[in-house]
Amino acid sequence: MTMSLSTVFSKDHATDPGGAANQHQKSPLFVHDLTVAYHRKPVLWDIDLEIPEGKLVGIIGPNGAGKSTLIKAVLGLIPTASGRVLIYGKPYKQQRNIVGYVPQRESVDWDFPVSALDVVTMGRYDKIGWCKPVSQPHKLAALQALERVGMADYAKRQISQLSGGQQQRVFLARALAQDALVYFMDEPFVGVDAATEKAIVEVLHELRANGKTCFVVHHDLQTVSDYFDWVILLNMRVVNSGPVNEVFNKENLEMTYGGRLTHLAEAAEAFTQKMDIKS
Amino acid sequence: MRPLKVFSLVLIAWIAATNLISDAWAARQMHSITDRSLQIPTVEQLTRVLTLQDYNTRVVTIGVTLLGLAAGVIAPFLLLRKRSLVSDTLSHGSLPGICLAFVIMVAAGGSGKSLPGLLAGAVVTALISMGWLMLISSWTRLKQDTAMGIVLSVTFGFGIALLGIIQKMATGSAAGLETFVYGKTASMIASDAKMIAAVAAIVIVVTVLLFKEFTALCFDQGFARSQGWPVFLLDTLLMALCIAATVIGLQAVGLILMVAFLIIPAAAARFWTDNLRRLVIISALIGAFSGWLGAAVSALMPRMPAGAVIVLICGFIFMLSMFFGQTRGIMHRALEHLRTVQKVAHQHLLRAMYENLEGRGFMQDGSISLDVLDEAVDIEDLLDKRSWTMQKLQNIIHRAVKKASVRALLSEGKIFFTKQGLEEGRRVVRNHRLWEMYLIAHASVAAGQVDHEADRIEHILSSELVEELEDLLEKRSSRIPASAHKIS
Repeated sequence: MTMSLSTVFSKDHATDPGGAANQHQKSPLFVHDLTVAYHRKPVLWDIDLEIPEGKLVGIIGPNGAGKSTLIKAVLGLIPTASGRVLIYGKPYKQQRNIVGYVPQRESVDWDFPVSALDVVTMGRYDKIGWCKPVSQPHKLAALQALERVGMADYAKRQISQLSGGQQQRVFLARALAQDALVYFMDEPFVGVDAATEKAIVEVLHELRANGKTCFVVHHDLQTVSDYFDWVILLNMRVVNSGPVNEVFNKENLEMTYGGRLTHLAEAAEAFTQKMDIKS
Repeated sequence: MRPLKVFSLVLIAWIAATNLISDAWAARQMHSITDRSLQIPTVEQLTRVLTLQDYNTRVVTIGVTLLGLAAGVIAPFLLLRKRSLVSDTLSHGSLPGICLAFVIMVAAGGSGKSLPGLLAGAVVTALISMGWLMLISSWTRLKQDTAMGIVLSVTFGFGIALLGIIQKMATGSAAGLETFVYGKTASMIASDAKMIAAVAAIVIVVTVLLFKEFTALCFDQGFARSQGWPVFLLDTLLMALCIAATVIGLQAVGLILMVAFLIIPAAAARFWTDNLRRLVIISALIGAFSGWLGAAVSALMPRMPAGAVIVLICGFIFMLSMFFGQTRGIMHRALEHLRTVQKVAHQHLLRAMYENLEGRGFMQDGSISLDVLDEAVDIEDLLDKRSWTMQKLQNIIHRAVKKASVRALLSEGKIFFTKQGLEEGRRVVRNHRLWEMYLIAHASVAAGQVDHEADRIEHILSSELVEELEDLLEKRSSRIPASAHKIS
């Protein structure tokens, strides 16, 4: 397996002028010239990104800016018109086992006849392999993941009997059970209770402490500076990408959101004031 | 699953099946002098058939039972993938294939009666109609149900037209073909049953092997794809299993009603469990039972179309499940609702008693002494608290006495708290008042308005939420705050 991967990689490397792949091996996400279109209408345009390892990265932008689309394009869930995406220097297809994914909660039918533990166990399916039943060690790993999000007591509960926040934590636990290096989370903070928000933030910090990188689509501008150390400001193209304290300012936010949302600009102002107090 | 949708589907299948049976009855009336096949069988005949003592009925019954088992195993995944009705398109799309295969076999000099040959034709046109369905959905903006309606009716119409032409053909041996429309187990021979059994076994084995993969596909295909699972391949495989189960069922159940066999067992099983593994097992058992009984009945009464009997049995089990199902049945839900209503009434009684005692000067400052247990509360006084009638209040008290939270001296119209009742009453009053305080302090609701809101929420506050309220209101002690408003 590793043999074949490395041969594929070296071939890839050989065809890559200037050894760009080699250069980006350290980066958990390198995106070059990515363009995505729905029905010929471009949604993402010429995306270039290079994110350093071990950061909590917030993906910020107005509705329809293509935040979820960016994640889905990176994960190969939707076709891309052009561009390349590298996870630690290799295409996503070769790096699936080090990438964890938390889709939007609304994307599935929560009336499905499975328990919380069953859902989390799905994060281990790839490691278990085709046609094999779930063995005890994998079940334990899933239970541990549930415990990390404070949901161990609800393992046997049918998922429709969980609150929205608890369902979100189950999704997060499933990604944790994947035991990945890079995580992509699509709006995990939307519509959750305070306990869940706290649990997610704790998990994010824990992941960062272990050198993992997390990409989080986020809506609430007030909390951006508290939660993340890197932001990608997105509105069909990348307005800016960089450390929060350099990039997350009023000017960039206005460019991202256009003149449309004044209260967002106010939020940015409040944030700048806060920064002033800090410095 | 939308219960109404499933219910109407079952109803349609039921009506179709009853129509077929009444046709059979009419046929019997016409042939009643020569044909006594619909006579009620004797007990001896019945036991012989049900216990598989005759060779012929044995192979047929085993075949159809396995078919039911296979259909029942695959059905939950079709239901959860919301593809149940696609199987209807497939089964209707198989008719032209059967007819064309017959024509080809006759042209090649055969009798055209080889079942594997006919079913091979069925598979081919079923696949073509599935491809057509996918093309319509991906090339146009038509919705899936419209696309299914088009493909289903056109392929079926084509099949019926072919059937008409074949019957006019000189060979005259085409009469057997329409059994594929309504299904007829009597036309099955041992080799047919063996083939059905073999395909059914394959369907079951593959589904069991890919249980986890199909689960992931049906629950969250986006996640499955991000994991690198070949979602398209799995989807195709699921549909292939569906085609396999449909095609082997054509002879016994008929293409019109086969869809019911792929929907009803799973829909019925859903009322009994929230666990996918159990869902598949129960669905398989319902399918197998219906197949077994249906084949037996049809063996005893050859004029009764097997497909109709099978679907009627399925439908009957569905009705039973819908009413008596353990986790989602109507009875279960009604009982649960009743229990909630009773719990609410019980807690209202306790709170009314508590507030009555409080109004008489007991439990000042929220402190409690057990002497209160000897203080009587007048039932008459409680009547004013809520819109209780005497009869209703007496019922509530009666249940509270059974629960040992209240002692009653009904002859004197007096009731007393027990220790346990007092504790629960305290808890409810406390929840009620904490919520009122929260509404006043944090939701800016006027003090006169909070009682009604708190009245409903007091019963369902979780201990977690109560802790949060305590933090928020800085009421850590377990004492009971005074009411925010005057208690009537």
